[in-house]
Amino acid sequence: MSDASINTQVNGGEAGFRDYFALLKPRVMSLVVFTAAVGLLAAPGGVHPFVAFCAVLFIAVGGGASGALNMWWDADIDQVMKRTTSRPIPSGKVTGQEALAIGLTLSVFACVMLWLATNIVAGALLAFTIFFYAVVYTIWLKRWTPQNIVIGGAAGAFPPMIGWAAVTGGVSVESVLMFMLIFMWTPPHFWALALFMNSDYEKAGVPMLTVTHGRRVTRNHILVYTILLAPLAIGTAFTSIGGPIYLTVSVILNVLFLLGALKLWRRNEDQAQVDKYRLEKSFFGLSLMYLFLHFGAILAEAALKPYGLGGW
Amino acid sequence: MGMHVEHELHKRRSGRNIGLGLVLAAFVAIVFGLSLVKVTQGGLGPKPQASQGASN
Repeated sequence: MSDASINTQVNGGEAGFRDYFALLKPRVMSLVVFTAAVGLLAAPGGVHPFVAFCAVLFIAVGGGASGALNMWWDADIDQVMKRTTSRPIPSGKVTGQEALAIGLTLSVFACVMLWLATNIVAGALLAFTIFFYAVVYTIWLKRWTPQNIVIGGAAGAFPPMIGWAAVTGGVSVESVLMFMLIFMWTPPHFWALALFMNSDYEKAGVPMLTVTHGRRVTRNHILVYTILLAPLAIGTAFTSIGGPIYLTVSVILNVLFLLGALKLWRRNEDQAQVDKYRLEKSFFGLSLMYLFLHFGAILAEAALKPYGLGGW
Repeated sequence: MGMHVEHELHKRRSGRNIGLGLVLAAFVAIVFGLSLVKVTQGGLGPKPQASQGASN
């Protein structure tokens, strides 16, 4: 080791506020905030706007806390993967112990505050979500089974259900459908990413489907999940959170998503390498729009309801 | 000659302190706001029963 390499890393404890904030995975948090807010606004009844704001905030903090716990446990593989080397722990800005402490503290804080602000069902659901993401997905499944994405996707699917529970104090068909929408959407979304980020997961030894079963099987799985997702997404249109706007948006998006999955399924690796995974990348981009617009449509139906326009 | 100041380190430390201060202030404001909403909406525990005398 040369002298020049000594003390080049920032010691833990001297990280900036931004580094601690980065532990909470702000990009993932934005999806949590959006879907939780939609679940909350689409729920029948409604709560005081300030309580609604606090509920979404605490759900976001809970999601961020599970992100910090994920970074604490996964620091070793984050160091290997190109996509994650700049995260606070592998870059040496924050220590693992700090991430663990922040994750645990914020988890308890978020659940208790959500309970106090809304009700115990919402608080308990948030606690279960954090447990599911940090323990079931991160610690248990992620390094053990290629189905990690499928089961782990449940953690990301809970926020609209928590938002719904914050208003109603319970679970209903509509909140389960919003959960299922994200749950079934997660595998094709992440496997499309894995198709063009394969080497990263391979290096880290994460049993991603592309690594364990190959890309052909992954393409098959993407198509199957996309086919299963379509009736579920379109069927939601005929519940109390759906309506003509949602139905139109959902039909268009599902046709596009199915066509995209079909194109991926028809391709082989040679074709994909020729155009540098252009179709896989565009399918990944479409998947982001797919979820955003579905929840956007649910929000639009809820927003128009007071004017007699939303819903059936 | 003036003392050399480690700008980056101090900037980070001060940013952290300001950030934490703002988070704590926001927390106080949230608890205050929630208390206000709960009190005005009667959300703190079960609503008191109307007494026999009051109903007459």
